[in-house]
Amino acid sequence: MSDQPQFQLDGQPIPFQPGDTIMQAAHRAGVYIPHLCFHPQFRPHGSCRLCVVNMQGKTVSACTQPASIDLEVHSETTELRQSRLRLIQLLFAEGNHFCPSCETSGNCQLQALAYDLGMTHYHYDPFYPTRIPDGSHPELFIDRDRCIQCDLCGRASEQADHKAIYLLAGRGQHTHVAFRSDDGELGSTQAQAEDRASHVCPVGCILPKSGNYPDIAGARLYDQIPIHAQGNHRRDDGGTHDD
Amino acid sequence: MTTKKVRVATCSLAGCFGCHMSFLDMDEALIPLLDHIEFDRSPLTDIKTATRCDIGLIEGGLCNEENKEVLHQFREQCTYLVAVGACAINGGVPAMRNHLSVQACLEESYLDGLGVVDAQIPNDPELPALLPKVLPLQAEVAIDFFLPGCPPPAAAFLELVQAVLEQRAPNLDYASRRFD
Repeated sequence: MSDQPQFQLDGQPIPFQPGDTIMQAAHRAGVYIPHLCFHPQFRPHGSCRLCVVNMQGKTVSACTQPASIDLEVHSETTELRQSRLRLIQLLFAEGNHFCPSCETSGNCQLQALAYDLGMTHYHYDPFYPTRIPDGSHPELFIDRDRCIQCDLCGRASEQADHKAIYLLAGRGQHTHVAFRSDDGELGSTQAQAEDRASHVCPVGCILPKSGNYPDIAGARLYDQIPIHAQGNHRRDDGGTHDD
Repeated sequence: MTTKKVRVATCSLAGCFGCHMSFLDMDEALIPLLDHIEFDRSPLTDIKTATRCDIGLIEGGLCNEENKEVLHQFREQCTYLVAVGACAINGGVPAMRNHLSVQACLEESYLDGLGVVDAQIPNDPELPALLPKVLPLQAEVAIDFFLPGCPPPAAAFLELVQAVLEQRAPNLDYASRRFD
């Protein structure tokens, strides 16, 4: 009998360690809470809001809310599923997400969550923002149309690569992924294809310049198995990133 | 199930007819379906103007004034108007021109493009004027159902028609909710 402290998530006891967030504890217990900007290896960002849960009448993001003993947390409710669907639709509407021409289609966590939440359309009118791509790096291409501003590249670059190359710059609808270099181009940084930051993007924003479209439709990550059943993965993580 | 045939109109606006191909891709399932549906305006019948219909299937978004006119005709005539495919739902690949001006697109296509001979921008008055941006159908009229995909799988069309025949909302399963 463990005397580890617990909280309740949708009626299920979830043990947690001191300093855990609700998301970290649920993740360790193998209970899926939808998310995009959370990654177990990096500091929480709390920006995508997909992990909204209800904590004793209050709506909070599970990735930033500390776990505490005897909390009653609800995640899989009709209302929260509706909120998450609208959040996903907002993310689609505020970028330029043309899935049929995207290298990451089928392996994309944004798309996979949309499928899982039953999204059939945008609900909101698309913004069609003008976003400038960056092709200056010899091995990497940056397609800002698809960026969801989760800052996973920034966190991986800082916390894993210790290079601090990627950041989010600008404000409001002008927020965009940027690079710490004199001319603002990725090609002028020390970024390398093997960096952790080059392999953490949950969508199709940071891409290798070669070797794309390796899997046929039907054999891609999320073609058969929904994201809630396998977790947030990239096709190049060997099934380990989110474990 | 009703004995009266469900009347279906279809058209492609700023689309590629790939969604129509996918509809036909239901193969042998088309044969029993034809006992329950009949086509009105459609490239499959070559009827040019929609009359009163139960279902209007529209693929493609809105890229010019004629697209808008046809869409409004469909909305008036169809009980259930369905946005079919990525372009109808979010503008799709044609909407990738939306961060450029119409003039820049015309110049690239007709004046500066590779291999252009006798360069001139078409200006026949019968050509419908291009819209400043390619728009999804929902930007102009109310849409009753959406079939995502590029194209939507044949099973999604079948489910839609069966749902209307059975007077219920369509329920697309995981395999039928595709954006590519």
